[in-house]
Amino acid sequence: MVNYLVSLGIFTAIFALFSLGLNLQWGYTGLINFGQVAFLGLGAYTTILLSSAGVPLIIAVGVGAILAALLGLGIGFSTLRLREDYLAIVTIGVAEVLQRVALNEEWLTRGARGVYGYPLPLRNFNPPLVVALAMVALLTAIVALAGWRWWQWLRHHIHGPLQPTAGWQGFSLIPYLVCLAGLQFSLWQLCTRGSPIFWFGAGLSLILAVGCCYIDSFREASQRQSPLKTLLTQGWPTHLILLTSTLLAGVLGVIYQSVVLGLFNNDYKSRLLWLVILVLALMFWQLERWVHSPWGRVLKAIREDEEVARALGKNVFVYKLQSFMLGGAMTGVAGAFYAWQLSFLEPKGTFDSLLTFQAWTIVVLGGSGNNAGTLLGAVIFWAYTGLTRFLNDALPLDDARIGAFRVMLIGLLLVVLMMWRPQGILGKKEELTLGR
Amino acid sequence: MGDNPLNPVASPAAQSGHPLPLLVAHNLCKSFGGIQAVDHVSLEVGQGSITGLIGPNGAGKTTLFNLLCNFIRPDSGRVVFDGEPIGHHPPHNIALQGLLRTFQVARVLSRLSVLENMLLAAPHQTGEKLWNSWLQPQQIRREEQQLVEKAKLILDSVGLSHMTQSYAGALSGGQRKLLEMARVLMADPRLVLLDEPAAGVNPTLIKQICHYIQQWNREGITFLIIEHNMDVIMSLCDRVWVMAEGKNLAVGTPEQVQTDPQVLEAYLGQ
Repeated sequence: MVNYLVSLGIFTAIFALFSLGLNLQWGYTGLINFGQVAFLGLGAYTTILLSSAGVPLIIAVGVGAILAALLGLGIGFSTLRLREDYLAIVTIGVAEVLQRVALNEEWLTRGARGVYGYPLPLRNFNPPLVVALAMVALLTAIVALAGWRWWQWLRHHIHGPLQPTAGWQGFSLIPYLVCLAGLQFSLWQLCTRGSPIFWFGAGLSLILAVGCCYIDSFREASQRQSPLKTLLTQGWPTHLILLTSTLLAGVLGVIYQSVVLGLFNNDYKSRLLWLVILVLALMFWQLERWVHSPWGRVLKAIREDEEVARALGKNVFVYKLQSFMLGGAMTGVAGAFYAWQLSFLEPKGTFDSLLTFQAWTIVVLGGSGNNAGTLLGAVIFWAYTGLTRFLNDALPLDDARIGAFRVMLIGLLLVVLMMWRPQGILGKKEELTLGR
Repeated sequence: MGDNPLNPVASPAAQSGHPLPLLVAHNLCKSFGGIQAVDHVSLEVGQGSITGLIGPNGAGKTTLFNLLCNFIRPDSGRVVFDGEPIGHHPPHNIALQGLLRTFQVARVLSRLSVLENMLLAAPHQTGEKLWNSWLQPQQIRREEQQLVEKAKLILDSVGLSHMTQSYAGALSGGQRKLLEMARVLMADPRLVLLDEPAAGVNPTLIKQICHYIQQWNREGITFLIIEHNMDVIMSLCDRVWVMAEGKNLAVGTPEQVQTDPQVLEAYLGQ
């Protein structure tokens, strides 16, 4: 069970990288890329073929990223001067072409038989205690930073709960963290031992943790109305967000714990997850810096109205090209991790256009033009995928039908989201009401 | 005006009585399919002047603007800006040389804040180069601070300072016109092509806009203005060019043009 969570975590991080590339292209620059998977596949194949031939992994990944960027350059050079719909169609075509090449050039890719047994990063790396400790420290720092940002976001966006009242600045972070630790402990026990008593523990600590968020607002509100009334009038999205984010924090805690244990116990998947989280964190940080720089401002201007950007002296074509290539390179890196996680690569699955649309789902779900939203979208998407796997046991349907049913459900989810929150989960509502 | 922060390139010619042509268009032609939108049109804009361009709807004024800054390539003819032919320059380079334009329907970047709209316009920013976020982060931060100050100064002068942090898409029509002009000012212009600055704007705001244009002109910026509102043309312009059906029709002072029988005929019909 814990292993399943870890591999779910790896997929989440890989898809987050994959979708961040798309978010740069679509969310920030307004470029429609329906062939995102071409970059993924090119990065994946380049990395594993080169490393199989004896090239060091880091160089292989670098070459993969560069080739993906060059693919972006090629596509961009031929189509970015045209209207955006042409780009969309060309990208679909390129993805198909690359799939056919990978299928038929058997001397290079072994065609439909697929490639396996290629070198994996940190495969035989058994870290001495000091190194393992350093790795854990780095991971902890990343997790703590992300957790802190998350808490900040919650406090900033949720009105009512989490808001410290006047003169009462000791908001319930400490009790909240204690309850969260309890939740995480119960979940861990559930995953490793499965004794049903811990369902009770998990449920209780979840409720207590969420309760902590309300304490302060209750203190203020209780002077005016009953706490129960406060609870019921605060709007269900608030309760839902608090509940799911707390639960998610518990699950992420379980994954974190298993990675930490895995780093000491020489578990390969833990090391891979550690590596992909590190890369994801670095890329996320760099992207955030870029999109908030004057460079990112030009991209956003192009997204809004490229004629205006041109009239103000910006070389629109070059910026579009940069965005397209950079997004492509990031996706190429995601492709390398994708190959390492699967440890078997064949053209049909690797260049499956479904992957492209999963990335689109993630970007739209989280709110396009928002990197944190893309991360959240990836988490939601894979949490959904992970949970609905268990439908197999619950529903009297065969595997193929269950598969179709899952895709149908996520389609439905998107439709509902587009009606209820067209800007995506972290998107800004005001942006929708703006006139052009 | 010597230490004016808004425009470092204020030229002495602006104050002198003998303006030199800053922009010269010679025999420009453009046809779309069978329609000759602009037919051998010539135009001169004197250094430091406010020049008007009028004509009935469909006379080809906006197309001429597009030709002047190469948004549309002319079929023939040439454009000389400040003594240098610019016919082969891409539009963004022309903007960087100081020839800026606005649009007939104000175009703001809706999902960017008013401030971001302003900052975007500044030319040659260090931070616009991807790699400079590693190489010169200090320089970027310094420039950004200076630009924010400059932007706030300009926004203040057009009365938009209370909207600095709002989305540009939330502005009213008149405010968008102001923002568009303020944004052009951020780009260190020498010549600004204004496409109907007073269209769809209430009379009070029209007066304000005229006031701003005169003020910026005194600070050394040359203007070429398309406008249907004759009061605006009369009060602002030194010289007016008239176009009709894609051709030059007349040129002269506003008074001369207003009494020209050809112009009256083009506007009012026979």
